[in-house]
Amino acid sequence: MTLLTKSFSFRLILQQVGEVGLLLGRTIINIFRKPRETKIFLQQLEEVGVRSLLVVSLTAAFGGLVFALQTYVGFHRYIGVGSEAYGGPIVSLGLTKELIPILVGLMVAGRVGSAMAAEIGTMKITEQIDALYSLGADPIRYLVAPRTLACLIMVPVLTLYGDIIGIVCAYFFNISMGVNRIVYMRNTLLYLELGDVLGGLIKAGTFGVVIAIIGSWQGLKTEGGAEGVGRATTRAVVISSIIILVLNFFLSKAMPESFGI
Amino acid sequence: MIRINDLHKSFGLNKVLRGINLHIQSGETLAIIGQSGSGKSVLLKHMLGLIQPDRGSIIVDGVEICGSSETELNNIRRKFGLLFQAAALFDSLTVAQNVSFGLERYRDLSQEELQKKVKESLAMVGLQGVEQLMPYELSGGMKKRVGLARAIAYEPEIMLYDEPSTGIDPIRADAINELIIKMKQEFRITSVVITHDMTSAYKVADRIAMLYNGIIVTVGTPEELRKSDNQIVQQFIHGRAEGPIKEW
Ligand SMILES: Nc1ncnc2c1ncn2[C@@H]1O[C@H](COP(=O)(O)OP(=O)(O)O)[C@@H](O)[C@H]1O
Ligand SMILES: [Mg+2]
Repeated sequence: MTLLTKSFSFRLILQQVGEVGLLLGRTIINIFRKPRETKIFLQQLEEVGVRSLLVVSLTAAFGGLVFALQTYVGFHRYIGVGSEAYGGPIVSLGLTKELIPILVGLMVAGRVGSAMAAEIGTMKITEQIDALYSLGADPIRYLVAPRTLACLIMVPVLTLYGDIIGIVCAYFFNISMGVNRIVYMRNTLLYLELGDVLGGLIKAGTFGVVIAIIGSWQGLKTEGGAEGVGRATTRAVVISSIIILVLNFFLSKAMPESFGI
Repeated sequence: MIRINDLHKSFGLNKVLRGINLHIQSGETLAIIGQSGSGKSVLLKHMLGLIQPDRGSIIVDGVEICGSSETELNNIRRKFGLLFQAAALFDSLTVAQNVSFGLERYRDLSQEELQKKVKESLAMVGLQGVEQLMPYELSGGMKKRVGLARAIAYEPEIMLYDEPSTGIDPIRADAINELIIKMKQEFRITSVVITHDMTSAYKVADRIAMLYNGIIVTVGTPEELRKSDNQIVQQFIHGRAEGPIKEW
């Protein structure tokens, strides 16, 4: 009960929002400061990007497949046999604007956000963060800035990759169901606009920043041994996943194509 | 050089520091002794601004540490070298990368100069050929010596040693005492040495301060401390279980 009232107290939430805001501000400033941590940045690009490829491939493929399946069923049942070829644009729109950015965001939050919280949290409790300070190195510049920049770049890249995988899988599903491949493809290309894909990528970039900042924030706040690291890791994933889902709705609403809806 | 006035710090209900007053002069070696858990490490971290006090002030070379901006603090911190009690090596970096960490970022050195400096610093703590090892491959004592090499590589003006000889065999511990003395004589470094090894304190220190119950109960030369009529000091320096200090 005390725990509940404590975590829901308005002041505490406000304070935490303040902490995150401050961290975000200082991270942005430090991204532009020298000396640049190029080596760590490249390592993080690999960690966030290359090592997420398999997970993103799988989730995008099955996301595309199931979305294609339901769209097919919808057209088949309500519009009629032969209309399934018109599902192409719906599938590609849904995938590039919503499903893939969300899937990639949540997968990277689980894979990378948790790792960031655990790594930085372990550094915190073993005094390595204090050691950074003692050498005159700001942990935000050394740890948080390169991670944030890497996520800002790599989550959209992964999303674009996921878009392609998802659309291709949806295409093959439709072909396997006997849909006319020429018509399906033509419809897809006709109605899919660059703006839709771009909108999804902008969202993905935002999710990337959320993942890195929340993971780092929880890591830097870690206290009290291995248990504390575990708590920080869990919190990082839960908080960033919720923010991603909530933010996604408002970003979709704010995108130019949705004006007037 | 470092002036600490009326420093207070609590963690929750645990009042650790209750009004520390201490003045560390330029070029001297001051040893701080006290029981485990008496707040020696906490006091040391205050000097670098790693912990903010509840009350009081710390002035380093005329600059107030408490309330300084992060940028100012980082500039002040580069005057210091700190050996952590548990070494606090960066566990994702090799020994060489650990030692060169500060140098690489804030000194304009070529790759060769950097390697040379790393080698020299490691040699000063009696280590060689360990450059490419990772921290987890080192024994506790070796970690501590790498931590020391990392702190001195940067040629700080002030060295803070948190229990330099704990966890190290007696011969190497004495070699570290020699190193502390050498740093003072050759480079005129100001040092603060935390220890509960009295042999070491007598050997390296110009003055010894005893921390007890959140305050500095005595400061004086080793000679003055030996002759002190303070029962707390006598009990501690002679390592007796009987006396005014009851909790342990
Ligand atoms: N970050 C912290 N949070 C809460 N309590 C702390 C923290 N750091 C130290 N303490 C407490 O402060 C007291 C002094 O610790 P410390 O300075 O490490 O002692 P020592 O004299 O052995 O170095 C201990 O009771 C310890 O539990
Ligand atoms: Mg200590």
